[in-house]
This record gives sequence, C-alpha cells and structure tokens, in this order.
Amino acid sequence: MSTKTKFELKLGQATREAFGKALAELGRENKNIVACDADLSKSTMITYFAKEFPERFFECGIAESNMVAIGSGLASAGKIPFVSSFSAFVLNKGFEQLRVTAAFPNVNLKVVGTHSGISIGEDGPSQMSIEDISLACSLAGFTVISPADEVSMKALMRAAVEHVGPMFIRAGRVKAPVVYAADQKFEIGKGVQVIDGGDITLIATGLLVAESIRAAEALEAEGVSVRVIDLHTIKPIDRDIIAKAAAETGAIVVSEEHLVDSGLGVRVAQVVAETNPCIMEFLGVNNTYAESGTPDGLLDKYNLVARGVLATARKALARKKK
Amino acid sequence: MLKTSDPAELQLIAKQTRRLIIEMITAAKSGHPGGSLSAVEILVTLYNDVLRHDPANPRWPDRDRFILSKGHACPVLYAVMAQCGYTPVEELKNLRKLGSIYQGHPDVRFIPALEASTGSLGQGLSLGIGMALAARLNQSPSRTYVVLGDGEIQEGQIWEAAMFGAYHHVDNVVAIVDYNKIQLDGFVKDILDLEPLVDKWKSFGWHVIDVDGHSIPALQKAFAEASATKGKPTAIIAQTIKGKGVSFMENNPKYHGVAPTADECTKALQELA
Ligand SMILES: Cc1ncc(C[n+]2csc(CCOP(=O)(O)OP(=O)(O)O)c2C)c(N)n1
Ligand SMILES: [Mg+2]
Repeated sequence: MSTKTKFELKLGQATREAFGKALAELGRENKNIVACDADLSKSTMITYFAKEFPERFFECGIAESNMVAIGSGLASAGKIPFVSSFSAFVLNKGFEQLRVTAAFPNVNLKVVGTHSGISIGEDGPSQMSIEDISLACSLAGFTVISPADEVSMKALMRAAVEHVGPMFIRAGRVKAPVVYAADQKFEIGKGVQVIDGGDITLIATGLLVAESIRAAEALEAEGVSVRVIDLHTIKPIDRDIIAKAAAETGAIVVSEEHLVDSGLGVRVAQVVAETNPCIMEFLGVNNTYAESGTPDGLLDKYNLVARGVLATARKALARKKK
Repeated sequence: MLKTSDPAELQLIAKQTRRLIIEMITAAKSGHPGGSLSAVEILVTLYNDVLRHDPANPRWPDRDRFILSKGHACPVLYAVMAQCGYTPVEELKNLRKLGSIYQGHPDVRFIPALEASTGSLGQGLSLGIGMALAARLNQSPSRTYVVLGDGEIQEGQIWEAAMFGAYHHVDNVVAIVDYNKIQLDGFVKDILDLEPLVDKWKSFGWHVIDVDGHSIPALQKAFAEASATKGKPTAIIAQTIKGKGVSFMENNPKYHGVAPTADECTKALQELA
C-alpha cells in the first residue's frame, strides 16, 4: 500500500460476517470443507455455510470440547473442518482437545473464534475473549491469524484453506472499519505495512489497526513521521518487518484488544529483543476482565481507541528524545 | 422481603417479576427474555418460600445457596433478588449499561450477594456440588440449588458433575433443569436431543422429580420432596415454556436473545397487567 494515503476507514462488515460469507464461498469450490458449530451458528455466521451445505455441516450442541475433537477427527480423515464458537468458549473449553487432538498430531483443523476482545459489549466478561491470542499461540505448530477488516478476512480465509496445518482465526462481533482496498494481497506470516514512516512504528492487530491509523494521522499532522504495520498473522510472526521497523524507526508501539502482558505485544518484543532492541510501549487490557457496556463505550473506557494509541505513542516518542 | 408459602401471593410476585424482566430487557435493548421468563416460578418459589436466606446478611454462613448456572437468564435473578431487597429495584433499568451492577451475566464483583459469576454454560452444577460438600464438612444445614438450562446440559461437565454428586451421596444439592425445549439456535430436539431426560438423570443415580415448572404448588412439593430425600442428590425436571407469560414470545426461539421493541414491551405489559 502506498504511503501517506488518506484513509476513509468506513465501517464495513464485522470480521465474523466476512468469515461466514467467505466460508460459504470456499465451500462451493472445495467439497472437502466441512463445518461444526456449538449452538451459535447465527452469531458466528457459520450459518451461511450451514444453510448452503447442510450435509457438510455438523451441529454439535453446547459442547465445545467435543466439537473440537470431532473436528480433529474429521481433519485426521482428510477433511478440512472449520469449527467455530465464541472465541472464549472454543479456546477455553476446547483447549485440552486443541492441544492433544490438533496441535500435537499436527492435524489440519481450522478453529474460528468470534466475538473476541472486549468489543463484544453488553454480554460482559464471561463471553469476552481477552486471552485467546495467548492460548492459541501456546499451541505448538498452530498458525494464528487476526484480520483487521472484511477484506483481509476474506483473503486470509482463502489462504487458510490452502494452508495445511492447524490454525486459529480470530474474529470480532462489531462492524470493522475497512482498512484495505479490495485488491490488497495478503500472505500468511507476512505483516502489511499500511503506512510508511521513520520516527515511530505503530503495530496492531484486529480493530486496533484502524485506531493506529487514526493515531498516525494525528501525529502526522504534528509533523511526526509514523509507520503503521498490521500484523494479521500473529504466529508465525513476521520477524523481518519487525526487525526493520525497530532499526529504522527506533520506537515501536503495539496495540491490541487482548491482555497486554500475553498477546501480540510480548511476541513483538521478543523479536525486537533478539534483533534490534529499541524503545517499546504497549496498549491492551491491563490485568482485568472488563465489564458490560456498549462496544464503543467499552473500547473508549479501556482506552482501546486512537486516543489510547496516541497517548502510548507520545510516551514512546518522549523516551526516544531523551 | 416477602416470605410466604401462599401460592396466590407467590403468583403475584411472579407476575411482577415478569413485568420487571420485560421492562429491563427493553431498556437494555439486548438480553435474554425467553429463558428468563421460563424460570420465573422456579426462582420466585425458591427465593420467596424455600431458601433460607437473609438479604440483610448475605454472607450468613449457614444460608442456602442459589446458582443460576444458565447465567444469560440473569434478568429473572436480578428481578427476584431486587424484590427481596438485595439490590435497588429502580436500577434494574440500567441492565447491561456501563457501570451498572446489573451486568449482562451475573458478576460477583458487582453484586457480592451472588453466589457465582456465570455465563459460560456448563459449570454451575460442579460449583454447587462443591458448595454442598463444604456445607456437609461444616455440618451446616445449608442446601444448594442450581438452575440449569436444557441446552446447557449438553455440556459434558454437567454429566461429570452428575456422576460425582450421586457417587458422593451429595443429598444437599438440588439441580433444577429449566426444560423449555429451546436453546439459542432453535429447538433442543433439532440440535442435540436430550431424551429420555428423566431416565438419564435416574441412571446417573439421582432422585428425579418431573414437574410442571410453572405450577408453584407443584414446585413447592418437589422442593419438599428433595429436602426429604437422603443419600442421593435430586434433579427436578421442570417442564416449562420458553417466553412464558407473553403470548408472542411463548415457544418462539426468536426471543432467546432478542430484546422486545418498545411496542412489544407495551403489548407484553398489557398481557401481564
Ligand atoms: C459454554 C457456552 N457456550 C455457548 C454459550 C452461548 N449461549 C448462551 S445462551 C445459549 C443457549 C442456552 O440454551 P438453554 O440452556 O436451553 O437456555 P434457556 O433456554 O433457558 O435460555 C448459548 C449457546 C454460552 N453462554 N456458554
Ligand atoms: Mg432452553
């Protein structure tokens, strides 16, 4: 993507909606794709696939750990299963099954966790997934992706079907601002430099990509040259793009809708420490479970908006000056 | 708090509870009316008649304990607890709003008188059995009541708890299944059927009572029978109607998790006048 474009960031589909539509489309092309649900098909949007391919859809009821292992069985027998629920349920309840039946034997299971982060809103903390990046990344051999908008979700869903191996895909409940042009190319494991700049790098995933773009535009107006990187793939992490940003900008801010001490930020920090140590600051959920509220109200209260990214970036810039 | 064993008085509280449920979910613009309305008689009978509890002293060690394992139905619990005097009735309209004690699912951080934070289905029975075991160790008369959804008992953990409760003769715990035949995506029989449900609980070693979950006298009798049952836990299979009391919500899967519009609210309140 070219530098210094003005981003419109118009609200598009929720990434769960883009997931559901993409899965149905891919299902038309590939008869090996099957899907499993745990009584949330109309919320995860796997319903599009279920309606079109009832014979390849398995409703598992409210029994997520069973669903995960059934998916692993389908994968072991050559199918390409997508098992889906709220991220909080499929990962937390299905974790042992993910570890032993999917990660350990390295089967081709695709796990889709929707309603991730605190932007699920009114339902509150029991349904909020703020530790899913941590859990999914702790499964050895898993690929973990977290698309920022409908364009990247659609493209990465296609890549997910082509990729052989266990994978976790993180999706959100609320409409997401469209970051990308429809023809943008994505590759698993390769971050996207959304804006080029030399003074500081804002790295983000999911909804925080758009917020980082907004923060970057505010800083640009003050004459700061800001680089923005979307790490849609969290694992395997794009070491090159991080090392380059660290060397060239000397300051990195990582923002995510996840517990700040166990998500994307610490993984970026590891790469920075191993390559070109530089100033780093982090924005995320701080050691708490949040609460009920509107999605926008919660993102605002917990600072996961452009204002929060901006304040975090100012801290990094101030440290860089010293 | 009105404590009474008079079914007519309990019926009045039940009606008021339904009105509060409709009003608070309408104000919140989101929430779960169907499964709140189906459990009204169960919770009113417990809180206003059966449970030994004291709203002025919620940490009383020998109190009976109540867990709403199907936490999404918290509007019924909030309405009943508020009417008992635990929390302010006027604030029910702030359900699900930022800063409200009436969170989208029961949260002990906001209402310490709750016995458990629930919302992830499948865990309440294990928790309740743990509380009942502690009471037994303490030689406390405390009994524990757990309300489960029918969809909820598709979770394997429920059956692990069922096996444990019977094997350890935990006769001071009562599981109540709100058997309203509907879960989130549709009818239970179309998703993952539970039948034969009474036989399942029996074969797991529980004393089972199959009862009309909207009949207060039948529920009172069932709770008395549960208390009199020694050596094994009791499961009450409460046959209920999802959305009970509001004609257009009854038996309608749509109202599992959709709030009434302002017009629907008016219509519902007329029916509940
Ligand atoms: C572990 C878990 N999986 C999924 C959900 C999402 N969910 C909320 S309510 C519900 C349906 C519950 O149905 P049932 O237990 O029958 O409740 P009721 O009919 O009494 O409302 C589901 C699937 C959840 N809260 N927890
Ligand atoms: Mg039900």
